[in-house]
Amino acid sequence: MKSSKIKFSRIVLALSAVTLLSLGSCVKDLERSPITDVTSASVFANFANYPNALAKLYGGLAVGGQSGGDGKPDVAGIDGGFSNYMRQMYTMNVLTTDEAVIAWNDGTLQTMHKMTWDSSNEFIGAIYYRIFTEIAFCNEFLRNTSDTKLASNNITGDNLTQAKIMRGEARFIRAQSYYNALDLFGNVPFVTEDNLPGSTTPPVRISRADLFKYVESELIASSTEMATPRGNVYGRADAAAAYSLLARLYLNAKVYTGTDRNTDCLTYCNKVIAAGYKLKSNYSDLFKADNDKNNNEQIFSINYDGVRTQTYGGSTYMVHASIGGSMPSSDFGVNGGWGGLRTTQAFVDKFPTNGADSRGNFYTTGQSKAINDLGTFTDGYAFIKYKNVTSTGAAGSDTSGNFVDADIPVYRLADIYLMYAEATLRGGGGGNIGTALGYVNALRDRAYGNTSGDVSTIDLNLILDERARELSWEFTRRTDLIRYDRFTTGSYLWPWKGGVKDGQAVASTRNLFPIPAKDIIANPNLVQNPGY
Amino acid sequence: MKNYNTVLKIAPAFLLFGSILSAQTTDSIGTKKIEEVVLIGYGKQKKSDLTGSITSISAKDFNGGATTPAQLIQGKTPGVQITTNNGAPGSGSQIRVRGTSSLTGNNSPLIVIDGVPQDFNGINGAADPLSLINPNDIATFDILKDASATAIYGNRATNGVILITTKKGTSGKLKINFSTVASVSEKMGNVNVLSADDFRSFVNTYATAEYKGKLGASDTNWQNQIYQQAWGTDNNLALSGGLKWLPYRLSLGYNEQNGIVKTNSFKRSSLGLNLNPVFFDNHLKVDLSLKGTFTDNRFPDGGVIAAATYFDPTQSIYSGNSKYGGYFEWLDANGKLNVNGTANPLSTLQAIHDVSSVKRALGNIQLDYKFHFLPDLHFNVNAGYDYAKADGRKTVDGNLKQGFNDMGSSRVYSEEKKNKLLETYFNYVKNISVIDTKIDLTAGYSYQDFHTIIPGATQYKGNTAPVTDPNFETGYTLVSFYGRGIFTIADKYILSGSLRRDGSSRFYNGTKNNLYGNFYGISGAWKINEENFLKDSKVVSTLKLRGGYGLTGQQELPNGDYPAYARYNLSGPGAQYQFGGNYYNFYRPEIYNPNLKWETTTTKNLGLDFGFLKERITGTIDIYQKDTKDLIVYSPIAAGDLSNFNYLNVGNIRNKGIEGSINFVPVKNENVTWELGFNATHYNPIVTKLLERTDASFNIATGGIAGGVGNTIQAHAVGYNPFSFLVYQQAYDGSGHPLDGIYVDRNGDGVIDSKDKYYDKSTTPKAILGINTKFSYKAWDISMSGRAVLGNYVYNNAASNSSIQSASTNSYLQNVYSTAATYKFNSPQYFSDIYIEDASFFRLDNINIGYNFKNFMSTKSNMRIYAMAQNVFVISKYSGIDPEVFNGIDNGYYQLPHTYSLGFNFQF
Repeated sequence: MKSSKIKFSRIVLALSAVTLLSLGSCVKDLERSPITDVTSASVFANFANYPNALAKLYGGLAVGGQSGGDGKPDVAGIDGGFSNYMRQMYTMNVLTTDEAVIAWNDGTLQTMHKMTWDSSNEFIGAIYYRIFTEIAFCNEFLRNTSDTKLASNNITGDNLTQAKIMRGEARFIRAQSYYNALDLFGNVPFVTEDNLPGSTTPPVRISRADLFKYVESELIASSTEMATPRGNVYGRADAAAAYSLLARLYLNAKVYTGTDRNTDCLTYCNKVIAAGYKLKSNYSDLFKADNDKNNNEQIFSINYDGVRTQTYGGSTYMVHASIGGSMPSSDFGVNGGWGGLRTTQAFVDKFPTNGADSRGNFYTTGQSKAINDLGTFTDGYAFIKYKNVTSTGAAGSDTSGNFVDADIPVYRLADIYLMYAEATLRGGGGGNIGTALGYVNALRDRAYGNTSGDVSTIDLNLILDERARELSWEFTRRTDLIRYDRFTTGSYLWPWKGGVKDGQAVASTRNLFPIPAKDIIANPNLVQNPGY
Repeated sequence: MKNYNTVLKIAPAFLLFGSILSAQTTDSIGTKKIEEVVLIGYGKQKKSDLTGSITSISAKDFNGGATTPAQLIQGKTPGVQITTNNGAPGSGSQIRVRGTSSLTGNNSPLIVIDGVPQDFNGINGAADPLSLINPNDIATFDILKDASATAIYGNRATNGVILITTKKGTSGKLKINFSTVASVSEKMGNVNVLSADDFRSFVNTYATAEYKGKLGASDTNWQNQIYQQAWGTDNNLALSGGLKWLPYRLSLGYNEQNGIVKTNSFKRSSLGLNLNPVFFDNHLKVDLSLKGTFTDNRFPDGGVIAAATYFDPTQSIYSGNSKYGGYFEWLDANGKLNVNGTANPLSTLQAIHDVSSVKRALGNIQLDYKFHFLPDLHFNVNAGYDYAKADGRKTVDGNLKQGFNDMGSSRVYSEEKKNKLLETYFNYVKNISVIDTKIDLTAGYSYQDFHTIIPGATQYKGNTAPVTDPNFETGYTLVSFYGRGIFTIADKYILSGSLRRDGSSRFYNGTKNNLYGNFYGISGAWKINEENFLKDSKVVSTLKLRGGYGLTGQQELPNGDYPAYARYNLSGPGAQYQFGGNYYNFYRPEIYNPNLKWETTTTKNLGLDFGFLKERITGTIDIYQKDTKDLIVYSPIAAGDLSNFNYLNVGNIRNKGIEGSINFVPVKNENVTWELGFNATHYNPIVTKLLERTDASFNIATGGIAGGVGNTIQAHAVGYNPFSFLVYQQAYDGSGHPLDGIYVDRNGDGVIDSKDKYYDKSTTPKAILGINTKFSYKAWDISMSGRAVLGNYVYNNAASNSSIQSASTNSYLQNVYSTAATYKFNSPQYFSDIYIEDASFFRLDNINIGYNFKNFMSTKSNMRIYAMAQNVFVISKYSGIDPEVFNGIDNGYYQLPHTYSLGFNFQF
């Protein structure tokens, strides 16, 4: 026993010594880096990852998060489908106008059409934070693809050329999001690739006029870095996308800065038109499941696929939400309707009652034209725009009928034609009124299937209505009405504008949305927009 | 009223049992007073010498019939609130020691089983880490409540520490203990929705012709249809004894419980082995412990309770044709399934087969060596390994509505956890008689590593190719150095101090700047009864004053082990973008906070322990204040970063509380013993700072509700309890009838908008009371325990979700809560304070009557027969089924059943 006693003491001593020695390595275990996720440095070290990093910038425009159906959302504090960029572009720019009403009671959703939203509105918060996370993603991409970074990561040759084109696209996407910010919110926080993540210093505020200048210069710069018009693969933006947005920016310049820029608008419309885009022959095919194919009208679109790019926003939302009542969902290539979206009488009345204009495609069976109750789907005609069937009538790729394939056009030739006409009518140089008339009639010919709908003269009122007919539900209506000073004023009313059945004027301060109250608190540099 | 009826219903059952049982002899008579020893974390201490706020509960005081360990001590201790998650068997509990001290961080206490601190997170397919332990293997709970006591577990001690000790081997002859119990459970009640006739008239009054035409002619109580009387059984066999130098205990358990919702079941087989040999003249003590459990769950579909609540009661269960399995389902105008329509709950129960099986093995070996050359010095090593694996599969029948669009589906998932522990400490105890002082010094080191592997789940569908999620793997490490000194002077004055330096890999940002936190606790006690003026008192047998002060830390976050580290995440299937003919997954830069650091809580505690009349009356009272600062909050941040929320250290909470317990032994003689215990708890956590704001202008929304998407009903704001309800004040007409969508303009600006919302009641109760009693007469014994929770509020989401509009929308009908017919709101008014209800209640948790057959069969054997009821009745004004809803939002909640059981223990 004696010997074992001593032996044992030694063992214990040895054990404690080993333990003490091992402390060093155990303490080292505190320096853990992610196992599944990868580090920022490793992503950009390998050029094979660049398309995936770039895909996030486009994906942020299309879906809500990192897994199918908006899982692992980018924007926190709200459902991933709700924070979808396109869905909230619809809420801000379409639902607030004569183009749509909605039946649901999600949170403060009803205040959007009624124009009674406030600074705590979660949908306004959703688009605001979506815009700024998108900008932050672009900043992160730009930070990691600076000349220094590309050199230190040994990106050379063709890879370097490609990386620089991608960089141009990131600049364009960031400028486009800043454009949305200046259009919706006016004076907003301003961050570039120089603002590092996790910083405790809140971003500075930029005025609407200064942001206009920034967006303008970034779009011009990015157009020189991106591929030439129609020179990139489908889905990726090229210079024509920047030209189109410049045209839109200039057309609305008076609203944003107080100064007309119609001549500049025409300059960029002409650049796009010169690039050789062609109208698609059938209007309704522009919004079907296969609209990514043989579509020379598309300048830039947000792309969906029922299997690979799944969301409850985007075109999936626009198809499902607009089906209800007795509408047969199978005609739309989906498994059912969500009974939400209809349109107002004001919009219906913009089309001839005889149905000659194919763009005025309404479902009226069981639906009343008048809206007594916003919450009842059958109040108001249903409007048919997007479908999850192909131009040949085949169903979309998601066999369970949940997710829609149709891509959403952001800029298409028809929009350029109408901007050309409007800028010309507004006195811009570089346009021709005869050419403008021709463009308008080209759209009407397509809509009517013949020349019976042709007009002989055009004026600004006709252009505004033509934009409603041609570009309905394409997120330009609110901006258009503001440009014509009809969004908040009593000069144009639609059902339930201002929260009353026949419509009423609201304060002109509603031409801008409020900065979300949460950000006013989080960022002391910000100032709330007047009226909120 | 229904609750009282229940009492009447079960009372005869007890009388019946009573007639077949007789009395128990207690072993509490004539036993020597044994000095109770309490675990204090890395050591133990005599109960009478404790300086911190520690409650100890041993097996003799446990609640009977527990399926999870937490139920054993429900209502037994002041300051500890245990809420069973729901009525599904094995569903686990939420434990709160002294309320809430964190917002986003964890609020659960650290659980230490036989010296092995547990992972806070459960595993997919199991409710919580505790639900994998067989309650029958537990010997004691020691609950460390104040910071001076818990600081020794500094890094995870803010919310208290619960030390669980399992039963050990005993030397001597083989003892066999066998117990078996059979139980039957039934529902408490139904959600108060309209009857078929009332619903018919509701629809005929308010709905359009289209919807009136959808009414059926049947009268189906869907809630009755999905519930069942559920049988359960729990069987345990324990063998203990000593093989020469090797004391052992081997236990086997099998627990099978069916849920009161049809198809729901839980089966747990468990194995426990403890070997406690001693070597080298008692110089080396070895405790080897192995626990294994195999759990098989079948979960009911989560939505089926809400579906049964709202399903149109005028429809029959079956459609009369064979489509969709023969079940009635809502169809659209074209005869196809209405995707928005609620699925027939019975069809859902048949369609979904959701099972998981979880295996867990927890082993540890603890060596305690008393040095031969210096017997006052101990060296202790504890090495543990905790392995768990879950495998699950959820299949959905393609012939029934739930799987119809996918033509059937199946999701297969698994998860694996591997946690490692190594702890060593030196302990030196010495009586220095010259100064009449005992010193007890401890110094140690702890390393714990947590590793989780989640292989990508695969989703199979009848009409598409299988899709597999990306694999996921994560881990974190905790390293600590600690020391403690306890000085007992003249057996009257006790001083204790502990110090701990903790590192957590969660704060690694590429540098070591924020890795470590330093925590400490100091405390003292004065055993007044040992002073001369009380020493001979006949009245006062114990009187001790305690005081403590300490700092503890928190690093536990709801998800993510790398919140401070710059990283990218690759998207899963369905989140790809098309470039030309190719689709690319996304690399997303994740938000991170390189400045994230420890959340810390300072606790001051003052306590008094007393015992009178030879401990016939004993009790304890504690007052405390907890100040949490640098709260880790998942908080909105300034727009322009990689997300709009981030984990930040941005708030303070102050929680003041008082708690106490008192136990009486009114009668104690040869034949009769009666013990009676009360405990009471009050605490009031208030947010005092949030995002550098010291007023309520800023809040963090929380508490998602059913109805709409993304609606929340609670918020954290300065000046209020965490999880306060943020609502509009309902306006009423002259006759007291609520006005539809009309609220009080609280800020008087003439506009009703979100600025008029106010912070109404909270989920925090004003008081929690516990009562328990044991009475024995000869061989008979009876025990009861009950709880009252007062001044807490619940949001009745089942009611708020119902309106005139909700009955008839999206081309199908759904039932409404009874208030829809009286309030007559046209559309749901989710944010009206009319739905915030007083949820104060008293619940008789447990009643147990037993009879002990002594010398049954032989002199060494013993048998006890008992009858027991759990969740006997609830008294409350709350209009829902059960006022005790953990998060305060009552919606489709799986109600706790009433359970009645009959069992016997047999020992020889």
